Amino acid sequence: MTKPRNYKTEAIIIKKTKLGEADRILTFYTPHLGKIQAVAKGVRRPRSKMSGHLELLTHSLVPLARGRNLDIVTGSQTINGFLAIKSSLELISYALYIIELINKFTIDNVENYPLFKLLLETLKQLDRDCNNELVLRFFELHLLSYVGYRPQLRHCVLCHSPLEQASLSFSPKAGGILCHDCKNSQSPAYSISLNSLKLLKLLQECDFETVNQLEVRPQSNYEIEWIIRNYIRYLLEREIKSIAWLDAIRRQNREG
Amino acid sequence: MDINPSNTTGSVNKLIQELSKLPGIGPKSAQRLTFYLLRAPDEQAKILAEAILSLSQNTRLCSACFNIADNDLCPICFSGKRDDNKICVVEQPQDILAMEHIGIYRGLYHVLHGAISPTEGIGSEDIRTKELLERLKDSQVDEVIIATNPTLEGEQTSMYLHKIISPLGIRVTRLARGLPFGTELEYADDVTLTRALEGRQEL
Repeated sequence: MTKPRNYKTEAIIIKKTKLGEADRILTFYTPHLGKIQAVAKGVRRPRSKMSGHLELLTHSLVPLARGRNLDIVTGSQTINGFLAIKSSLELISYALYIIELINKFTIDNVENYPLFKLLLETLKQLDRDCNNELVLRFFELHLLSYVGYRPQLRHCVLCHSPLEQASLSFSPKAGGILCHDCKNSQSPAYSISLNSLKLLKLLQECDFETVNQLEVRPQSNYEIEWIIRNYIRYLLEREIKSIAWLDAIRRQNREG
Repeated sequence: MDINPSNTTGSVNKLIQELSKLPGIGPKSAQRLTFYLLRAPDEQAKILAEAILSLSQNTRLCSACFNIADNDLCPICFSGKRDDNKICVVEQPQDILAMEHIGIYRGLYHVLHGAISPTEGIGSEDIRTKELLERLKDSQVDEVIIATNPTLEGEQTSMYLHKIISPLGIRVTRLARGLPFGTELEYADDVTLTRALEGRQEL
């Protein structure tokens, strides 16, 4: 189906690149068009009427006109500017990590409505600045599900035997938990405690309301963060650039 | 556009090719500039060529503020007439030109050469934040004015700088963010309007 000459969509701005003197190429994540790119003309001039509505991490209503190559942004109206996120060094770092993941895991022009909902809800959660670490884990796990890499946590991925308590591990290559007997057949495999496995399973099944009420020991969070991070690195075959900054900010916060 | 080599001479081709590598200059503009220079007096071409050469040979970064300089210090750091209690932190050397154009600010500058941008892998070590801290440590600066761009990257950089500078007991201020002159309120975005309202002033 060809796109109409002019169309309008909700969008969350997930990437921006400078173009020429005053323009930008923006990457939007939209509910029904998936990830799209468009040119916003003149947004780097101080008097641009659109620029503030087209900053990263903004949920906007964007009218677009079909262009020869890339579509052209013809206006913009903010729906949610996520002001709390933008006023906090820590929250910006979390949110930038989230949009980078979305950008890396999606391809242009493929609709994924649940993923859009997840992105929007996650940003709203971060905007409330509550239980951020778990919100991030929740996002990572559900993102993986929506793009087809849902980690298998119910039984051993290889031999399908039920998971006994003793020495389980997570294999990025197999995409799930391995039982004691299978763990040597896939390397690398990261050992995982039963508590962390329970937490992963809970996060995979629950909703944000539950996440907000959860209280988890930092140790469990580190463990599942480590496992998910390695899984994501394995799938993307590269580093997520914003992780280094996120880690630096968190380290600073811990040190005081 | 491919330039047919048989139709023009080698030196014309070469200049067209080199010019079209410049930002904002396409093949047609490059061609126009080249043929203009071809007809222009020798003197003009010579001055242009010398200007371009001296750009890379005679400029360096100011050892104090990292602005573009001819010598060890840039004209602003060298002048001695500036108020050395204030440092204005900007992203790029061009921002100094804009600030100097208004002619109100009499303090010194510090050029970061970028802004923190985690998604592009640019962290605090990749811009000149460490140098700024070093500079502040043994100085009489009492105010740091952060003039990074009002974009997400600039905001993030300013929050980071505030976090690392304020423990030194130095006042950290940020340029006001509000409505630009000559625009209309109805088109203002939420962030700008919020900041404008927060920063409102007595008439």
